[in-house]
Amino acid sequence: MRNTEGRWLRLTVLGLVAAGLVLPILAGLWETGRAAFGYLPAIGAETLSIDPWRRLWSLPGFSTSLSLTLWTGFASTLLALAIATGFCAAVHGRMSAGQSARLLTPFLAAPHAALAIGLAFLIAPSGWIARVLSPWATGWDLPPDLATVRDPCGIALILGLLVKEVPFFLLVMLSALSQVPVRAHLAAGRALGYGRGVVWIKVIAPQVYPLIRLPVFVVLSFALSVVDMAIILGPSNPPTLAVAMTRWFFAADTMLILPASAAALLQTALVAGGILLWLGAERAVTVAGRFWIRRGGRGLSSGPGLVLAGAGAGFLMALGAAALLALLLWSVAWRWPFPDALPESWSLRAWARPAMGWGMALKQTLIIGLATTALSLTLAIAWLEGEDRAGLNRARWAEGLIYLPLLVPQVAFLYGLSVTFLRAGMTGGMVAVIWGQALFVFPYVMIALSDPWRALDRRMVRAAAALGAGPLRRLFAVKLPILLAPVLTAAAIGFAVSVAQYLPTLFLGAGRIATLTTEAVTLSSGSDRRVTGVYAVLQAALPFAAYAAALMLPALLLRHRRGLAGASA
Amino acid sequence: MRLPLLALLAAGLAAPALADSWDDTVAAARGQTVYWNAWGGDERTNDFIAWASGALEAQYGVTIQQVKLSDTAEAVTRVIAEKAAGQTEGGAVDLIWINGTNFLSMKKQGLLHGPFLADLPNAKYLDLSEGSAAVVDFTIPTEGYESPWRLAKFVLTHDSARVPEPPRSMAALLDWTTANPGRFTHPAVSNFMGATFLKQALIELAPDPAVLQGEATDEAYSAATEPLWAWYDALRPTLWRQGESFPENESVLQQMLNDGEVDFAMAFDPAAAAAAVERGLLPDTVRSYAPEGGSIGNVSFVAIPFNAAHKEGAMVVANFLLDPATQAHAQDITVLGSYSVLDPARLGEAEKAAFAALPASPALPSNEALGPTLNEPHPSWMTRIAEDWARRYTE
Repeated sequence: MRNTEGRWLRLTVLGLVAAGLVLPILAGLWETGRAAFGYLPAIGAETLSIDPWRRLWSLPGFSTSLSLTLWTGFASTLLALAIATGFCAAVHGRMSAGQSARLLTPFLAAPHAALAIGLAFLIAPSGWIARVLSPWATGWDLPPDLATVRDPCGIALILGLLVKEVPFFLLVMLSALSQVPVRAHLAAGRALGYGRGVVWIKVIAPQVYPLIRLPVFVVLSFALSVVDMAIILGPSNPPTLAVAMTRWFFAADTMLILPASAAALLQTALVAGGILLWLGAERAVTVAGRFWIRRGGRGLSSGPGLVLAGAGAGFLMALGAAALLALLLWSVAWRWPFPDALPESWSLRAWARPAMGWGMALKQTLIIGLATTALSLTLAIAWLEGEDRAGLNRARWAEGLIYLPLLVPQVAFLYGLSVTFLRAGMTGGMVAVIWGQALFVFPYVMIALSDPWRALDRRMVRAAAALGAGPLRRLFAVKLPILLAPVLTAAAIGFAVSVAQYLPTLFLGAGRIATLTTEAVTLSSGSDRRVTGVYAVLQAALPFAAYAAALMLPALLLRHRRGLAGASA
Repeated sequence: MRLPLLALLAAGLAAPALADSWDDTVAAARGQTVYWNAWGGDERTNDFIAWASGALEAQYGVTIQQVKLSDTAEAVTRVIAEKAAGQTEGGAVDLIWINGTNFLSMKKQGLLHGPFLADLPNAKYLDLSEGSAAVVDFTIPTEGYESPWRLAKFVLTHDSARVPEPPRSMAALLDWTTANPGRFTHPAVSNFMGATFLKQALIELAPDPAVLQGEATDEAYSAATEPLWAWYDALRPTLWRQGESFPENESVLQQMLNDGEVDFAMAFDPAAAAAAVERGLLPDTVRSYAPEGGSIGNVSFVAIPFNAAHKEGAMVVANFLLDPATQAHAQDITVLGSYSVLDPARLGEAEKAAFAALPASPALPSNEALGPTLNEPHPSWMTRIAEDWARRYTE
């Protein structure tokens, strides 16, 4: 007999997800697609043709933009994966789950834009590192003419992406590792004479990889289409495809919207092609890997590789931390000329006038963040509860549905979506921005909450049912209190994702909605690092506060229920 | 309480007829929030707009919400997107700080409300005669579709502690950069400031600058720009990063001057450097000057989109910006330092005294150092130069 319990709940959730998540993406892609083939009546383009594509191909710097995108996207993803794997191998078992979570949280919480702004200052020829070393070590009284930021090869951009992506990979790997008997494999491997690194590569990595494959694709898609970080750290003449396309969408010559739309479709194809290519490479690696494993090399010399990866991860974290610290310093500096290692004079003036700017942006960011998080969390809990009641495992298509907004590049459908929203009369409002951001917040909340929800001890729920508690009561009186810590963590992740959103706010807010992120990115091309520092510090501080609250609230709320406080953490 | 208010608002939105007299406009504007789309890269301008909002609220019950753009074209795109969606009223953009190409593009596509300039009472302080700077935007007659609000003029800024004797012409600049490679650059040419730098060079180097006032025909273009590209081919390898990458805009360039990465910045505002010193953003040894033959100058305008939700409020703002008291406040070096657009001959004694009483600064160039103001070329030149530059120098 099919389990029909909770069927209405499941149908409602599915309907909401279809109408709220999938439909906007499809509508956006449809509008972008029509514009890519020359149909956008607003600018007088009403005949279908492939002219936008021809124009795109002939735009200056197009081919460089394209190869730059592929290079930075693949290089950063591969490197991040390698460094994270090596770091995992080096520290696993030497660090508790709690310790690693505390280590990773700041980097997961800090938004891309804030990190990029801090990093740009840190590594610039006139940046903090150069200032600390000058003139005594370098002999520079004036900054050297070196391209260390926005370099034509995109190295700075790759570095910026690594600072964000390595901690993300570490998080998903550590969670996946809890499902693999690492200790036993290691012991067996060592007993057979294999080096620690080789056991990781030959035995553990093949088991972990399938569990983190979707996150890898998310990172690849993100790295291929990132805009905010690429504006700040990437080359400018020409920039990566995603940045070039954003510029064309907002260019004075409005006919550029057509080739920009074509570029948006191309971006989708790039991501799809990139994932296919990756899948192909997976096959090749599998075949080659089997052969390599059967050869039985003991690889005792793999130690230095581990040390290198571990050092790489440590270096990236140090860079990230220094970048955030630099922002904080700038926000309280007055004059900080080259080559002083610290500001020459200090001032709180940038912080002193919230009414002139950051107060409003902070308020908007908070409202949007709280609203999207509440929406996404409610929907995620409803979804998981629906699965529970049916006693169903998640189908693969459902998993794909959750990941969809993270796999389709944002730039590809946001312009089209803004046209759709306009037509529906939802111009530049909070509602449009909240909806737009929820597309990207929901998947993360869902991913964060799914595993702890499934790990819930079912005997508790059965005991409650046996005592006569209905489904609602079981949810609110048993499940949610037990799951309080993971629910709050998922909320904090959702909030952090919302705070970091750049493109949805830009495209759907019609410029009226200014969040800390949009302001910080705009100000990063301004002349006042002190004001930029204020926005970036706030932007980084909000997610920190959310994570801190998620860590502390359960202890506070559950202080009379000691068993619970320990059970779920 | 709330329902009648809503009904009133709805009635106000439904009534399409514009107010006949200025008093009606002011009455209709009361309570409106004007979404002013203005480039947000300059903190002083943002502060000035915030100040104007406060003053307007006290006087007319109108407030300004600045929509900070990183490029004015964003606002143009927005209006186009609204037109695309068939939104002919209640648009998101009420007022745009606009110039040149963007104005031409909006005017051509019928995206502007107007003519409205003649309806503003304070327009009486402007020189409205044909060809006057207040009614011509990059050689395009404004025909009342935009209202002036600030005067801009191209200047170079240098640190006198590092470069005591700066080059005073484009030819001298090339000599200087050859002797000091990597110490000069200009903003990307896709940016307004970068294009202005090239236009300034074009005016100085063109065999016959008079042709620049007309449309850039193929023939006129190649003859006029040939010396420019020859000069630039020589200049580019001597630029910062060998001319392979450029700062996005003048603010980033100013920051690079402050960091010591380059020795020059440029601005379209003679007071920009003085104000930056005031705010601790440049060392107090910087000085601004215009090339010896004079420099490009123009007037900045505000325009109202055809579908603006708060046209009356936008007109009240435009009128307020032309008020002699507002213009004097804007010219104050501690505020904005932008030169007045009003015709001094049309001001009364009291108004003139307000301008005379403004403070001075060593980084503020004297009128002699600024030299004559050169007219902007026709917008078609800027478009063609920017495209040509991108084709020649983007790999």
